[in-house]
Amino acid sequence: MDVQEKIRTQVTANPVVLYMKGTPQFPQCGFSGMAVQILKACGAEYVAVDVLTDPEIREGIKIYANWPTIPQLYINGEFVGGADIMRELYESNELQEMLA
Amino acid sequence: MLSSEQIKNFIAQGLPCEILEVRGDDGQHFEAMVVSSAFVGKNKVQQHQLVYRALGDRMRQEIHALSLRTFTPEAWAAVNN
Repeated sequence: MDVQEKIRTQVTANPVVLYMKGTPQFPQCGFSGMAVQILKACGAEYVAVDVLTDPEIREGIKIYANWPTIPQLYINGEFVGGADIMRELYESNELQEMLA
Repeated sequence: MLSSEQIKNFIAQGLPCEILEVRGDDGQHFEAMVVSSAFVGKNKVQQHQLVYRALGDRMRQEIHALSLRTFTPEAWAAVNN
């Protein structure tokens, strides 16, 4: 299974997936930490994928979403955005609705 | 090391902007605020992708953190009155 297939499986098998640097307990980058805080504030359950442990996923995910940075949030298999867009969606309450 | 001025020029060359401000003086972390009619009809992800495309490969190699705020001219007017 190539990495694009692997990612497609991950984002479709789990309703909410956050690709991040580090783990929710120990984020390794400010933006990933912000994404974790936002999901916590939404009370969302999600699968976290630490891209630092898998260089293939770390690069593959950027191609998959045509998005050059980490973190990346997926809801129901769809790329929602990085930290900035998550914050904007959270502030306008849209993210809470998407996660409900 | 990149300056915010250079980032501003890269974006402006790749994307017609009504308003374009870029801040950041540590060479790695930048904040850009972009108002462009090219964003009309596009969702936030697509708007940001247009900015990333204007930056091209620099985005992958030299820019570690670029916070983006994007607006259509209409959305920017609404935010401002």
